[in-house]
Parts: sequence; structure tokens; C-alpha cells
Amino acid sequence: MRAVDALMECLKAEGVDVVFGLPGGANLPTYDAFYDAGIRHILVRHEAGGGHAAEGYAKATGKVGVALGTSGPGATNLVTPICDAMMDSVPTVFITGQVRTELLGTDGFQEADTIGITMPVVKHSFMIRHPLEIPRSVHEAFHIARTGRPGPVVIDIPMDLSRADIPYEPVSDVRLPGYQPTTDGNQKQIRLAAKALANARRPVLYVGGGVVHANAAEELTELAMFDRLPVTCTVMALGAFPAPHEQWLGMLGMHGTRTANYAMDEADLIVAIGARFDDRITGKLSEFAPRAKFIHIDIDPAEISKNVPAHIPIVGDAKNILPRLTAEYRSLEPDPQRLEAWWTRIKGWQQRHPLAFEDSSDAEIKPQYMIKALYEATGGDAIVTSDVGQHQMWAAQYYDFPRPRRWINSGGLGTMGFGLPAAMGAKVGCPDQQVVCIAGDGSVQMNMQELATCSQEGIAIKVFIMNNGYLGMVRQWQELFWDKRYSAVDMGRFPDFVKLAEAYGATGMRLTDKHTLVEGMREALATEGPVMCDVRVTAEENVYPMIPAGQAARDMVG
Amino acid sequence: MGEPGTKELLSLDELEAAGNLRTGRKHIVSILAENKPGVLTRIAGLFARRGFNIDTLAVGPTDDPDLSRFTLTLDGAVHPIDQVTKQLHKLVNVLKIRDLEPEETLARELAMFKVAADGSSRGELMQLCEIFRGKVVDVSRRSLVVEVTGTQEKVDAFERLVRPFGLIEMARTGEIAIARGRGET
Repeated sequence: MRAVDALMECLKAEGVDVVFGLPGGANLPTYDAFYDAGIRHILVRHEAGGGHAAEGYAKATGKVGVALGTSGPGATNLVTPICDAMMDSVPTVFITGQVRTELLGTDGFQEADTIGITMPVVKHSFMIRHPLEIPRSVHEAFHIARTGRPGPVVIDIPMDLSRADIPYEPVSDVRLPGYQPTTDGNQKQIRLAAKALANARRPVLYVGGGVVHANAAEELTELAMFDRLPVTCTVMALGAFPAPHEQWLGMLGMHGTRTANYAMDEADLIVAIGARFDDRITGKLSEFAPRAKFIHIDIDPAEISKNVPAHIPIVGDAKNILPRLTAEYRSLEPDPQRLEAWWTRIKGWQQRHPLAFEDSSDAEIKPQYMIKALYEATGGDAIVTSDVGQHQMWAAQYYDFPRPRRWINSGGLGTMGFGLPAAMGAKVGCPDQQVVCIAGDGSVQMNMQELATCSQEGIAIKVFIMNNGYLGMVRQWQELFWDKRYSAVDMGRFPDFVKLAEAYGATGMRLTDKHTLVEGMREALATEGPVMCDVRVTAEENVYPMIPAGQAARDMVG
Repeated sequence: MGEPGTKELLSLDELEAAGNLRTGRKHIVSILAENKPGVLTRIAGLFARRGFNIDTLAVGPTDDPDLSRFTLTLDGAVHPIDQVTKQLHKLVNVLKIRDLEPEETLARELAMFKVAADGSSRGELMQLCEIFRGKVVDVSRRSLVVEVTGTQEKVDAFERLVRPFGLIEMARTGEIAIARGRGET
């Protein structure tokens, strides 16, 4: 059979039911194979949209997301999603076309060194050099993408090889001697960790996106609940612990709650689970959690002691480790009384420093209010995607996520334009769920062409644009740290999102009055098909509280 | 140092101070990797993007035709060697990494020196060569090419000594290394 038909067989064997892509010259054979392969292909308007859709699909379902592009510009347009998937450990496979082998290295039409360009931002990549390599490479790619610390894998297939006639035999194993991720945590280390926990007076569980990837939210909750441990999550992990909850401190980091950041500052034991001590979490590294000892649980050994030295490292899968840790910890029968003083201190912070904003006295919609309204309108149980900027932080602060895989955003790379296509991918993966995108008026314009895809395919996402007419987060920094010299942040009131939505075949709405906001949102949610709502909010509002970059948690402002 | 993200000026001295840490112990890292296209790029690229500085790099075949050995030397002060090896382990084509212990390791490099040598200095140069067990591999009227093998330090020493004669060109391979005794590298 043709190598591309074998490719389809491999995709089906990997359980792929949908891919996002855009055809071109170098992947014509692949698209010919899609014609009757029985795999749903969603034609995106820009490869970056397809890549982020694959990420959204993967984050919402936990399955591997797949995106395709042709050679040259098709592949380079995928670079941002690939890098984004690398930073946030999203299981994804990207299949790119390449010029035929005799043209390789000659600057042929639409030739780009895809493998070279993507090498720094992939978990692994396969340059196909012989058609017989295709089936094995595809299975290895999926295996690498979804196991260990998940990530993006690129497969680059020259056009002539994809047309080759090959004998196809299903591949049932992978042979990767250099890739053996450790999943079982070391029992001795787990015992040590349990002991440290049982003796801690001021412990905090610091939870990262790894817990979501590991599907270990339940195991985490069980650990936290049994000894009433305080829990905080990074922006990648919201929902891993059910919010709101009396043990929930809120998000930590630059725009985290004071309670969470102060708790980290005063903790005597921090248990980092699937988290990587990013600079947005630690602030000034030398003053980060100065009193704490660290237990660091991660499947990637390179994360252990990368930024903050771990006293008790445990390498492995959180789903494997957490129940064993809970069991060991339980058997030590820790005295619950020992945490009383700590909880009194935490409750004090919670009372003194709740997340708060000054609401308008008229019809003006404050951005924070907009998130609360959306929480109410969606019943708090939508899959929410976001772009990057102020709206993302407000969404993270004010929308309480009760479960994992409900909050989908670009954390590590911070990719504007992520939200809308990610919502599209999430909706394709979870058609029965309510999927909303909280976008910024700046961000949304970076990938809004996918609204056409949504209209054509009947993908009913609901986009709520927090429209303040600015690149708001940059404006905030210019206001606070650069003497209000607003340089290149004013977006005006362009475009007219309502007309644009209609032009794309979606429903456009504009919401400007606080008093009818929830109602308007409900109407948008109840409207069939894709909807884009232009929500006009206060133009110059800042995200608070905030740890100014490079400072310590106790220097929080606002 | 100026706070990141703020308008405070950052002096060039501050910037340079952060990049000039050295003096850690020299490490010899031996990497066994699959002999596949692009593996060298993956390893070199990893070093570049993580900001690890490679001092020398030698690549060659091993007893197994499917595997290549990469021998690198680097300064452990710039980046913790632990982080270097952990990141290398994440490369799918890399099978084995060893940060070799100096006492248990034999390390050698090959160097060739083209030195100006007219009648008067030639004798002295030949003497130096002998002390270092170098070999004269090419002679012309006004120059010699000398081949020296040894540890990096020995080659460094030879270089220092021949430089005053007029060093025209030099080529060095960078060290390769193997573990002493029966043990595997």
C-alpha cells in the first residue's frame, strides 16, 4: 500500500479520530489518503490555529493532539504551537510535508529545514529518510508524545517517500533504548517524604500542571484532605484541586493570592508536585520560600533541583507516587493538632487579603466582574480557554475551577492567540461540554481566522472578548514601572468584533452593561453555533495583587 | 543588579559579571549515542540553548557500528554538571552519559603544531619535541610540523613552550577518554 495509507492505518491504530491541518504541495499524498481514511480532518485557516487546536484537544481530553502542515511556511507556521506544547508539556504530534528527497538542501520551492528549525522546541523529531521508516516512526512518535513528561513530536515526510508503495505490517512494539522514563517513585524516598510531612508544622502543597497531565487530581485531593494540608496551584494546574474549598489557598505566583504567596514564604515544608519553579512562581530566587525544605515530585529528573535544590527528590509519575505517599503518611498517624497554628495564620491572611476589586457604581463592566459573571452564567462548569495577558490572570483568579482539564491556557510560552483555536480543539474533543474562550481584544486577533473553521464545521465555541482597547498587560507594566509612557499599546476600538463575527458566519454580540451582563452571556451560551461576544470593560484596570518581577513574595503590591 | 522588567538601567559590568563564572573543575563527559543523522546537532544544540559552554568536542565510532561516542570537556562552574547530564538524558537518541572521574580515566588528545624553524632554532625545537614525545611529521626549509598526543594539560604546556619560536598554526582534536581497568566508560 502507499506509505500515506500506512500512515492512516498507524494513526487509527493510535486511536486518532480527528486531526487539524491545512494541505499544500508537499503533503498532497497525505491529503489524498485522508479522502477515504475515515479520520475526521478539520481544515483550519492557518497552521498555527491547527497546532493550538491540537493542543486544546489534548489538554481537554488527555489524548494526543495531531496537527498537519505542508513543507516550508506550513511547517514554520507550526513552530509557535510546537514550542507552546513543549513549554506546557502537551502531548502532540505534528506531521509536516517536506519537498521530495532529491530537492532537499537545494532551497527548493517551499523548502525549509523543519527538523532543524524545530529541534530546540520538540521532545523528539523524526526525519523520514526511507518510506519503510514511516509506520515505526509514527508509533514511536505517539509513544514519546504521551509518555513520561508529555510533549510535542514532529514527523517530517518528504513528498516522494509518502507516495512509495510499501508492504505494511502493523507495528505492535516500540524500540527506544534511549527513552525509558522513570514512572515508579523510589519507596525509600517516598517514606522519607511521608516522614517530613508528618513532622511539618507549616506545610504547603505546591501543585503544577504535571498533576493534570498525570490524571492524578483525585490522588492529590486525597493526600491533601486526609491531613488537612493547604494547597496552592500554578496557573497550569488550576482545577487539580477543587476550588473553592477551605484548604484551597488560590493560585500562587506573580498574580497569585497573597495567602498562597505568604504561605509559601513562611512554609517549613513545600511539596512540589509536577511543578517546575518557574520565575513567575519564585520571583527573586534567593528570597523564595527561605524557611522551607523541599520535596520535589516530578517525572522529569532534569526539573529536580534545576532552579531550587530539592531536599527529597522523587522521580516518577504523580499517579503512581501520590497514593503511596498518602499510605505511608497515613501509617505514621500524624497529629492533626500540629497544623492548628498554621491554619490560624493562613485564615488570618485569607480574611485580611481576599481577592478583591473595586466595583463600578454605574453600568461599567469591571474585568474582574466579567469573569464572575461568566462563572455565574456557565454555572462554574465550563471548559474555559484563555489567551495571554490581563484577562488570563483575571480568569485564573476569579473563575473557580472544580475539576482538572477545565482550564486551558498557555502558561510557559505565553502565546497570544492561543485561546480561540484551543477552544475549537477542546470543543471537538468534548462536543457535549460547554466550551468558552476568554480572550483579550489584542490576543484574539492573532488567530481569529479560526472562527471561519468553527462556522464551517459547526464547532459551537463561545468567545468572550474582554475588550479594553489595550494590550492591557503591557500597558499595566508601562503604567507601573515605566512612568506611564504608553508605547504601542493602544488598539483603538478596532475591529468591530460583532460585524467580524457575522462575516465569519458566527453570531456576534456586544455587551456593555453590567446589569444585563449575566443575562447577555446566558443568551450567548444558549445561541447555537459559534458566538463571539464583544464585552466592553474598564480600559485602565490593573491585575492585582502582584509580585513585581524579580521581587519576593512578601513584597506583593495591590 | 537592576530589577528585571523595570526601567532601571543595567550596567554592562553587571551583565558581564553574570556570564564570566569559571574556574570550576574541568569535566570530561562521555556520551554514547545512536549513530543516526542529526544526533550531533541535537547534542550541540542542547548545549547552546541551555547556555552550557563546550570547551572541546570529539566524535567518533565505537566498537558497535550503531553507536557513536561523543567526548566533551566543559567547565563545571558555569553550569552544574548535574543539570547538563540530566538534560542530555532527555535526548531520545542518547543512550548513556558518564561524567568521568579524572583519577579513573585515561584522556588523550592529538595536536599538530606548525612552528617556524630556521636553522638556529631547529635543534632546540627538536629537543622539546623529544621531551614531550612529539613526532616531527613534516619538515620544510623554514618550518616543522610536530604531532603531540597527551592530556589537554600536556598539549597546553607544549603549546606554551613552542609559541615563542613562532607558532604558525595549530590544530587540536579535543580529548577522547576511556575508563581505566575493566569497567565500562
